[in-house]
Amino acid sequence: MLLSLANILFNGVAYGMLLFLIAVGLSVTMGLMGFANLAHGAFAMLGGYVTATLMAKAGWPFLATLPAAFVLVAAVSLLLERTLYRRLYRAGELDQVLLTIGVVFMAVAGATYVWGPSQAPIRVPSYLTGTVAIGPFDWGVYRLFLIAMGAIVTVALIVGLERTRFGAMIRAAVDNPRMATGLGINVDRVFSITFMLGSGLAGLGGALGVNLIGLDPSFPIKYMVYFLIVVAVGGLGSIKGSLIAALVLGVCDVAGKYYLPDTGAFIIYGIMVSLLLWRPLGLFGRR
Amino acid sequence: MAMTATSETTASPAADRRAAAHAFIAAQGRWRWPEAVFWLVAASTLVIFPHSLVLASQVLIAGLFALSLDLILGLGGIVSLGHAAFFGLGAYTAGLLAVHGWREPLTGLLAAGAVAGIVGFATSFIVVRLKGIALLMVTMGVALLLHEVAQKAHVITGGDDGLQGISMAPVLGLFSFDLYGRTAFVYTLVVVFLCFLVARRLYTSPFGLALKGMRENTRRLPAIGGSVRRHSALIYTIAAVIAGIAGGLLAQTTEFVSVEVLGFQRSAEVLIMLVLGGAGLLYGGFVGAAVFLVVRDLLASTNPEYWFFWLGLMLVLVVLFARNGLLGGAKALLGKWRRT
Repeated sequence: MLLSLANILFNGVAYGMLLFLIAVGLSVTMGLMGFANLAHGAFAMLGGYVTATLMAKAGWPFLATLPAAFVLVAAVSLLLERTLYRRLYRAGELDQVLLTIGVVFMAVAGATYVWGPSQAPIRVPSYLTGTVAIGPFDWGVYRLFLIAMGAIVTVALIVGLERTRFGAMIRAAVDNPRMATGLGINVDRVFSITFMLGSGLAGLGGALGVNLIGLDPSFPIKYMVYFLIVVAVGGLGSIKGSLIAALVLGVCDVAGKYYLPDTGAFIIYGIMVSLLLWRPLGLFGRR
Repeated sequence: MAMTATSETTASPAADRRAAAHAFIAAQGRWRWPEAVFWLVAASTLVIFPHSLVLASQVLIAGLFALSLDLILGLGGIVSLGHAAFFGLGAYTAGLLAVHGWREPLTGLLAAGAVAGIVGFATSFIVVRLKGIALLMVTMGVALLLHEVAQKAHVITGGDDGLQGISMAPVLGLFSFDLYGRTAFVYTLVVVFLCFLVARRLYTSPFGLALKGMRENTRRLPAIGGSVRRHSALIYTIAAVIAGIAGGLLAQTTEFVSVEVLGFQRSAEVLIMLVLGGAGLLYGGFVGAAVFLVVRDLLASTNPEYWFFWLGLMLVLVVLFARNGLLGGAKALLGKWRRT
């Protein structure tokens, strides 16, 4: 009993960390820039395919593909932001939702065309597989790796936002764009770079996720709701909120599948709806 | 004495204003010839394309569903990502009634509308309180909840296999459903037209005008004594009833209900149809549904996998270049042509 409980908690936290890695960028775009981006999962999917392709076709080692996934996805997202997204920053959320659903559909069809409709195969190196025994439990190495990656990214994000000059510029641009412009901050460029970083993180998360949740062209639609839940429940623009929401969601999902397999995702949706009724801005939402 | 005197003098400014308001409302509701052409074309499908009646019925049902979304989006300004909830509720209500022996179509349809309406009424209080991302997430969440229930309640709904064994009694006890979908088409057309009349009346009524005013400026309506929440809740409930009837029609005419009637894809598709045709224009949903389903039908026979790509592209182009959809674009072109 205790064993399974610890196991569920561990698996849930690892899954939650993965959700956090992917969704934190979405929290930034939706919260800081006020853009309802349903296509965020498409960036994660692209990251996954970059890793899978580099490993299979070019023989790159797994760890080396991760930065590549980050950089490539960030570059693609910048292209999209410059050509499509920025036109709709001031539009209503309906237009944003429709545009990004359109992007999702094109991404799904494009991925099917390039990589085929089946699951992308991936083999992580042997030192990331198996389990290690610490104390009374066996811990999955890959999940430990995921949790460590999540922790590193969280710390980097918090330090980056609160301690660096660029972090201060982002906070200034969000709090009061006009004032920030008056102080000589190029708000437009700050937002672009922020968007790029957020999408890059999604790419990294997608690359890390292939081994855990799989990858096929329907990925952006299948997990869209989960990313949105993390952001909406955690509170837009809140890193702390996203982290807590992602961990709770991960643990609830794993526990629900283990203890109440018949209810499916019912509990998660139910919690989300009631939470949003209680706090429409999410747990840690501002404004 | 003085009261009667003022009401009898037609020259009084208050009476003049009232008469002008009545004339305005009446002018709003007047039928125009393109509308007659539209319904004549719809009806003539029976003769011109007798082999495409199934597709034509689907277009009408999808159009009615999109029209119900138009009521809350185009009139109420509420963006919903979970409108399939009511469509699905209607479909399952009509389907389950038929499976369990209540095979009379018209009352089945009324029940479908009623069930969807009750749930719409209950959730309307939640919906009117929210806006922005929370509204999107909650409307989507309610539909996803129902989807999960339908999927897991295998004993009642058939789960992923769908609800089978629906067979309808003849409409009005006279017209039985045939293999070619003739009865189904006429039945659909009549029901859709009746629902359309209700929606049209709403559009042109003072209530519809108040909603339009609310959409344009949320602060003004309370200032002239209306309640934003009450108006929104009412239109949300009415839209739910119509969506339920559309779902019921689908279940009755196809004699099958798949769990997909509640899916996110259906909610997204109806939004796409409406925006493609043009929101807030009454006929946009029908135009969008026709283009959407006919193009899908054509593309699906050549390369079904990439239909999604063209759909996505269509959406992006509409959002970037044709905010008011096909119908809105056509109207603008017509206006330009008339002026020159």
